[in-house]
Amino acid sequence: MKLKVAEAIVKCFELEGINTIFGYPGGAVLPLYEALRQSNIKHILVRQEQSAAHMASGYGRASGTVGVCLATSGPGATNLITGIATAYMDSIPLIAITGQVLSDKIGTDMFQEADIVGATEPFTKHNYLIKSKNDIPRVMKEAFYIANTGRKGPVLIDIPKDIQNEVIDFKYPETIDIRGYKPTYTGHARQIEKAYRIIESAKQPLICVGGGISSSDCKDELIEFVEKTKIPVVCTLMGVDSYPNDSPYFAGLLGAHGYPFVNNAMNKADLVIVIGARFTDRSTSVLAAKSNQHIIHIDIDPAEIGKNMKTNTPIVGDAKNILKQLCEYDYHLDNDKWSDNIRYSRQSYIEENINKEWELEGVNPFRLIKAISDEADETTIMTADVGQNQIWAAHYFTASRNRQFLTSGGLGTMGYSLSAAIGAKFASGKEHTVVAVMGEGGFQMLMGELALVKEHNLNIKIFVISNSRLGMVRELQLLAYTKDSYHGVEIGFNPDFMKLADAYGLKGYRISHDNEIDSVLKEVFSKDEPCFVECKVHPDFPTLAHWRWK
Amino acid sequence: MKPERHVLSITVENYSGTLSKVAGLFSRRGYNIDTLTVAETMDPNISRITVTVTGDEEILEQITKQLNKLIHVIKITDLTLKKSILRELMFLKISCTKDTRSEIIQMSDVFKGKTVDIGAKSITIEMTGDEDKNNAFIELIRPYGIVEIVRTGLTAIERG
Repeated sequence: MKLKVAEAIVKCFELEGINTIFGYPGGAVLPLYEALRQSNIKHILVRQEQSAAHMASGYGRASGTVGVCLATSGPGATNLITGIATAYMDSIPLIAITGQVLSDKIGTDMFQEADIVGATEPFTKHNYLIKSKNDIPRVMKEAFYIANTGRKGPVLIDIPKDIQNEVIDFKYPETIDIRGYKPTYTGHARQIEKAYRIIESAKQPLICVGGGISSSDCKDELIEFVEKTKIPVVCTLMGVDSYPNDSPYFAGLLGAHGYPFVNNAMNKADLVIVIGARFTDRSTSVLAAKSNQHIIHIDIDPAEIGKNMKTNTPIVGDAKNILKQLCEYDYHLDNDKWSDNIRYSRQSYIEENINKEWELEGVNPFRLIKAISDEADETTIMTADVGQNQIWAAHYFTASRNRQFLTSGGLGTMGYSLSAAIGAKFASGKEHTVVAVMGEGGFQMLMGELALVKEHNLNIKIFVISNSRLGMVRELQLLAYTKDSYHGVEIGFNPDFMKLADAYGLKGYRISHDNEIDSVLKEVFSKDEPCFVECKVHPDFPTLAHWRWK
Repeated sequence: MKPERHVLSITVENYSGTLSKVAGLFSRRGYNIDTLTVAETMDPNISRITVTVTGDEEILEQITKQLNKLIHVIKITDLTLKKSILRELMFLKISCTKDTRSEIIQMSDVFKGKTVDIGAKSITIEMTGDEDKNNAFIELIRPYGIVEIVRTGLTAIERG
């Protein structure tokens, strides 16, 4: 079949099942847009390219497929970078297509020229600069394969404008053979057996899960493994939606912004089974170094094993397969007292903090998120931004399935939440309610995307928690210096958010006191339309309830 | 653990940008490259990159694992751990006079060097060997006045 390269690319999208693309046009992608115009693929015009990457990421995360974003050369491409880096740090499959200047003019600093392949080398799983028209079918096939297999991640393809117009004899390859890329999926039998024996003899074991559980879609296998072993589950920020949060075995978030009883349990555990988590500084900085603790580390990426922590028993492979392999054994652990203790600690910590009265004006964000969570069900998807709102959401939203809690865990990208929610909404359709939680700082970074909510009538419930501060940085300043050291964290002017919502054609609500939470949420969640809710929180409200410096 | 010098032989798919991805990974993750050579293998689709790096066992393991993650990296062999032959090519331009020229040539002969150029005030010697030998010759010849040294960096092959 004779096709222009631009048409061939669109054809590849169709063959890969892509029906939505988030993009922003420009001179270097004119042929691609002409080909898209003639296809059935929906193009969502974003307001800034960074959002296109976040939306594609949210789309991919919510649906378990690969999201696609598209930008022109130069500034279009460089704007994508933060979104690509965000996806890379969280191992989210993503295809980014960028236009490039004419192939024989590359390197001459043409108008809107940028070396995006060089620039995104550190942030992509792989990237390509197309130099020959005939490479297109192979590269497209490889890109989707690389993005969505092994440890998933973003792949960027940079295509010069002149090549987009060339004609090729199109044939999509059926098979793939990349000599240097053969991910391991099945756990080594001997390592599995060794792990089983160690688990059997553990007295105070813990399971620590990360984003790998959602990536591998193995919630059911995890549930079975936990039921067999009765081992409590702690999670990283990426793993909040790994395991049903209302299960008696669920302990909660660990790390610098985790629950104190979880970190305590981590310090006391004689065995930690880490699954699909990489133990960054954010997870481990508050943990004591332990020499007599056994670590079993299960990950699909061999490079993660031993990188951030000493591992006694590594198992490389897909979490789903390895959990299945581990479930083949019968377990006879005697750790009821240990599990019960953790369960009681969780109950009392959460109860105490939800009920505690803070003599601070405004809304109690713990109660707010808890109330949102009470309105939510299995179909709800929550996106959280970065900062205090992220931690409040992670602690008090009760996730019950994989791909339900989307946040920028690794890179910590402000502005992620609204765009990711838009992407998730496009992916999940009518039957899913999407809730986006963010602070006013992150919201205003990519605020322009509000227009898309109206334009496409996306039923997203937007919660902007406002305290006229960059709350988490302010808290860091306080912890690092003194109370008089706040600098650059006060948001001197906020727009009238109700007028702003109105200007964007959205219904706006404001919650200023706890007693308004229920009535507003009831109305917001009963409406089949997008809603914008501003929630006033006092600047002194801490991220964690036990951080009380007053 | 003591940092040691390692020679890594990396075979890669011969696509444009692959060398930059390999070299970029070293700088990005904070590893220093001591030497680097690159050329095609007998299969024109595959290139071999030979790098020497200094690091302890843990760092070497991370370097190897991170390199393996690059899609176009096919195989990594740590030649330090295997019986292997290491060589480096070096050109030395040494200042000389009519009186010292034959002395230098004699010494170079002992080290199996080749005289490749003679000028009015200098002599250029080509020498192949492992780094120890090349360093020894440099020290020996230093008093005569070295005008310029050009070294390729190590390249290596496994025995047998």
